[in-house]
Amino acid sequence: MPAPDATREAAAPLLEAAGLACRRGGRLLLEAVDWRLAPGDALLLKGANGSGKSSLLRLLAGFLRPAGGRLLHGGRDVFADLARYRAALHHLGYQDALKPALTVAENLEAAAALLGGERGRLAAALDAFALGGLAATPVRFLSSGQRRRAALARLAAVPRPIWLLDEPGIGLDRRNRDALEALIDRHRGGGGIAVVASHGDVALARPLVLDLDGAGA
Amino acid sequence: MTGALMALVRRDLHLAWRSPAETLLGVVFFLVALALFPLGVGASPDILARIGAGVIWVLALLAVLLTLDRLFQHDHEDGSLDLLLLAPLPLELAVLAKCAVHWLTSGLLLVVASPILALLMNLPADAFWALPLALLLGTPSLTLIGAIGAALLLGSRRGAVLTALLVLPLYIPVLIFGVAAVDGVVLGLGARAPFLILGAIQLAALALAPLAIAAALRLASE
Repeated sequence: MPAPDATREAAAPLLEAAGLACRRGGRLLLEAVDWRLAPGDALLLKGANGSGKSSLLRLLAGFLRPAGGRLLHGGRDVFADLARYRAALHHLGYQDALKPALTVAENLEAAAALLGGERGRLAAALDAFALGGLAATPVRFLSSGQRRRAALARLAAVPRPIWLLDEPGIGLDRRNRDALEALIDRHRGGGGIAVVASHGDVALARPLVLDLDGAGA
Repeated sequence: MTGALMALVRRDLHLAWRSPAETLLGVVFFLVALALFPLGVGASPDILARIGAGVIWVLALLAVLLTLDRLFQHDHEDGSLDLLLLAPLPLELAVLAKCAVHWLTSGLLLVVASPILALLMNLPADAFWALPLALLLGTPSLTLIGAIGAALLLGSRRGAVLTALLVLPLYIPVLIFGVAAVDGVVLGLGARAPFLILGAIQLAALALAPLAIAAALRLASE
């Protein structure tokens, strides 16, 4: 585990929900949940289809406003300084945010530059999901599993302490699911935190579990 | 921040370059639709010269309108809009960068093509500089004002049609002063005021439209 330096310490990715409630389309998906994630922790979101896993992840990314309660990052309210918080997180939705006309490498390079990553990490990020052979292939020719891998490579390309992953393992084969689990483990080992919505295809070590079937109204 | 901004501009230019059919749609429509006018109203040089400036401006409005859906629609559909929100970059600036690229690949092409159109419509010699200049001042406003409509109607069904209905009335000032500028030069009435007003509209749109567009995009990403 790399020794945490001063800047890392100051931006401790501590994520805390205090009485967090989420309302979507007039329906209360989540009522007054409390949890606390310290560096290295993972939160697993479980629940049936439509139970609000994706909405909660979008709420945690600051795209939605909570219907009640507070979301704290490093002890400070997330919505008080949204730009700072967003620069500390990755959100991987059910969409892959890839441009069909660009190649895998071009997509990764453009996204990494947009998110403020360094160019030096791109090759390693491609290797993390065995994308080396597909680097020069336009994304429109990829299968859905390959697209998912190209989207996941962003996590490795741009280091950010908070990962919000919506069904990250969808469409992945066994080998790449292992690579994803290894990547999440390494991320947590380095002091990062991960919030993962999953139906159980991605194994997390010692996760905190939030079951949305029970939490909603 | 500048790095992220440049990355966004580079990516969008790259995308425009990779899909030339979509990029050139507006300017090709502009040329083809204009070629219909001499056939429709009869090839009388006097009539064409009289209606030329107005027809060219109306078609420029429609050509820009035709390309508005590519501003945010694709980004919204493929999830890239979320990525944009997570970039270390104020959304207002990102929006301005996207509009700049949109203008470079739509409005600027109209400016470049406009002398050919002036020729087709038998406009007097003065129009060969007045028309491009008026379009140069007016088309950025068309992109910026149109982008507000495009952002507001993101994700709605038949968004493109609704965008047209929402945006066209807002284009009227640009149309009026654009035509006044060209006619003013061609008929020797003096065109200083309409040119200045076109410039003023552009400056106001540059300052205010990004705020409205960014607010609309935040709503769309909820």
